[in-house]
Amino acid sequence: MGGYILRRLLQAIPVFFGTTFLIYFMVFAMPGDPIIAMFGDKTPNPALVAQLRAQYHLDQPFIVQYFIYIGGIFRGDFGISYSGVPVGDILLRTFPVTLKLAVIALFFETVFGILVGLISGLRKGKLFDASSLVISLILISLPIFVIAFVGQYVFGVQLGWARTTVGPGAPVGDLILPALVLASISFAQIVRLTRSSVIETSSLDFVRTAYSKGLSRNRIVPVHILRNSLIPVVTYLATDFGVLLVGATVTEGIFNVPGVGNTLYQAIIRSEGPTVVSFVTVMVLLYLVVNLIVDLLYGLLDPRIRYVK
Amino acid sequence: MRINRRIGVGVIALAAASALVLTGCSSGGSSSTPTASANLSAVITANGSEPQNPLIPTNTQETGGGRIVDSIFSGLVYYDATGKPINDAADSITTTDSQTFTIKLKPNQTFSDGSPVTSNSFVKAWQYGALLSNAQLNQSFFAPIEGYSADADSPLTGLTVVDDTTFTVKLTKPQADFPLELGYCAFYPLPDSAYADMTAYGTDPIGNGPYKLASPTAWQHNVQIDLVPNTSYTGGRKVENGGLTIKFYADLGAAYADLQGNNLDVLDSIPSADLATFQNDLGSRAVNDPTAVFQSFTIPGRDAHFSGQEGALRRQALSESIDRDTITKVIFNGTRTPASDFTSPVINGWTDSLSGASVLKYNPDDAKKLWAEADAISPWSGTFQIGYNADGDHQAWVDAVSNSIKNTLGIDASGAPVPTFAAFRTSVTDKSISTAFRTGWQADYPGLSDFLVPLYATGASSNDGDYTNPAVDALFTKAASETTTDAANQDYQDAQNILLKDLPAIPLWYSNITGGYGTSVSNVSFGWNSEPLYYAITKS
Repeated sequence: MGGYILRRLLQAIPVFFGTTFLIYFMVFAMPGDPIIAMFGDKTPNPALVAQLRAQYHLDQPFIVQYFIYIGGIFRGDFGISYSGVPVGDILLRTFPVTLKLAVIALFFETVFGILVGLISGLRKGKLFDASSLVISLILISLPIFVIAFVGQYVFGVQLGWARTTVGPGAPVGDLILPALVLASISFAQIVRLTRSSVIETSSLDFVRTAYSKGLSRNRIVPVHILRNSLIPVVTYLATDFGVLLVGATVTEGIFNVPGVGNTLYQAIIRSEGPTVVSFVTVMVLLYLVVNLIVDLLYGLLDPRIRYVK
Repeated sequence: MRINRRIGVGVIALAAASALVLTGCSSGGSSSTPTASANLSAVITANGSEPQNPLIPTNTQETGGGRIVDSIFSGLVYYDATGKPINDAADSITTTDSQTFTIKLKPNQTFSDGSPVTSNSFVKAWQYGALLSNAQLNQSFFAPIEGYSADADSPLTGLTVVDDTTFTVKLTKPQADFPLELGYCAFYPLPDSAYADMTAYGTDPIGNGPYKLASPTAWQHNVQIDLVPNTSYTGGRKVENGGLTIKFYADLGAAYADLQGNNLDVLDSIPSADLATFQNDLGSRAVNDPTAVFQSFTIPGRDAHFSGQEGALRRQALSESIDRDTITKVIFNGTRTPASDFTSPVINGWTDSLSGASVLKYNPDDAKKLWAEADAISPWSGTFQIGYNADGDHQAWVDAVSNSIKNTLGIDASGAPVPTFAAFRTSVTDKSISTAFRTGWQADYPGLSDFLVPLYATGASSNDGDYTNPAVDALFTKAASETTTDAANQDYQDAQNILLKDLPAIPLWYSNITGGYGTSVSNVSFGWNSEPLYYAITKS
């Protein structure tokens, strides 16, 4: 097991270099000069543009820029944004916000998704099952910005139950509405997954055996059916957590959440190389770690899965 | 260069519209008059965006940082709502020859940390801003002052400190409206403590304006900035509220939702998706007035068929084939005003009755005639294209203008999108763009000269179409050396009559301020530059 983890972590090293290089190259290859764009519709003085390009190393060839950046990272310096803020500070300020949002969203979708999916699976074909099917189909087919706008307008503007956007410090109360919006689509997926998995497990021999040896339903459902139905759901949840962590650009934009997606989007628009690359690199690393944790979780849920050294 | 929402505006508009249908729009017409009991400690919230640069006046070019800098600094003059300059830190600005100006400061002024505002606070800040190696975005504003160099480090020799409250400014050539420029942020003073570490200063600036930062960490990046009244400020911009919080929005849609949800007091720009409905939503709290933004498209003289006599005919034909009235109504829901010159209605000296302005009226028959005359000189071939950046809200109007041209003149016309703003401006700046292209101009100070000289004088900094006409240059020089504003404005109008014949750029329309405010605030007015006058706003 230890060897397995070590090997997975070692694999992350080439991935780190590969992604930073690729992303840096793509930002570098973006059309247009970010310095000229700083001046808006005015045409800047060429000598001043040259001065600014030198200040941000934009006058160097691509490969030199890349190594200046990578060298900085190993000294704990992620570069500096055009507004003079160290990118490391921006990372430290935005990731906790997105993490908070992701955890709340994950909490909602897990609790409600598995609960509704389990009941649907156990009462296949009944009214509850049919209505949960209809609701989850509606949620899956709606684009997220529609849910976000309707949620914001109804609960924020009309009813006044929630703040329309997230306030300073991103308090948990403000994050509930955007988290519910983010959770809504995954909720539908989890309901469908849990339901079919529960139906499949319920018809397996060991469940029948458990019933026939007289175990109570209260023990069979959580221990025998649910636990064995969770493997596909856990895979999905972990991937989804990864997706939530790297930020939800659209939802964060609509609710003005000062998180990763929102910040990255603005940095891309400004062609702010160091910010874009640092954010994406941290995202890739997080994604790798989350995936590793999922693979380890399988072993806990299903003892038949073993890790090859 | 405002960054607006750039993702599927049409689809989002649809979503927003359906949200209104679903829940029933209830806010229309509910224009409650705020109660008169203004609360002097209530904090106003307004929208903004994360400043793109440290908050140093000489390095602030865009509106996100601009509105903060304008609130925490005061220059020699400020502009009232009509754009009239009023002495702020200055006691008097005098000249006898329009070339050397003597500036006297009001005595005993201080920065918010208690250090004195002296002649040196201004002179050293201007020297800092003008020095090339300091790479300040507003460097070019110091160009009129003697000693300025765009290409090398060169001190402004025209600045002389006489005593603590007096200094003189000598320009390279006479410019009567120079004092009008002095309200722009490039000319704000800096305290001595700034120079030790300018980047650190820019994150927690000390100013001399009506507001100051609430604490050293008041600028919460990407979230908001908290300003409180600066009690040591004694100028004319008296603060009538308990403070100002500027919230940063990446997406104007979120700001508009906040305004409707009473989480925001003042919004200075309505998202394009809501332009059709905002006047209904907000009633009397909606704002829709012309401002100092001029929109046009430029046809460079280097383009085939657009030089000489043939070019002049074709430019007039194109201008007369655009139905500006219909386009501003249909595409912009009346939030643009058709242009009748090259400047803006909020500027002193503007007139809608220039003798050459008929070329800006929709006249399909005359357009066809002019185009045929040009074809007689050299027959037209190919497609007429207008370049624009596809990441802004430009496609709809470019397509409408192209269609108007196509239908009137019977030629192929279309938009030529460039993916990003940066790519677009780069191709305009290095002159590699091979089509006509959209051009916009937001004035930095309220004078006709700012709309004309940087854009149409020979070799001027933003003369992207390489236009040159000695008669126009001569009128610009004459205007600069006039001793009265009226005489100068007359020269600028004469120059505009020539521009209306040559049409280096085809004027389209003036942008309006579209904004709104909440039910609990009153005395909301917008300045000539479309910035709300935050200091005057009261909140109940």
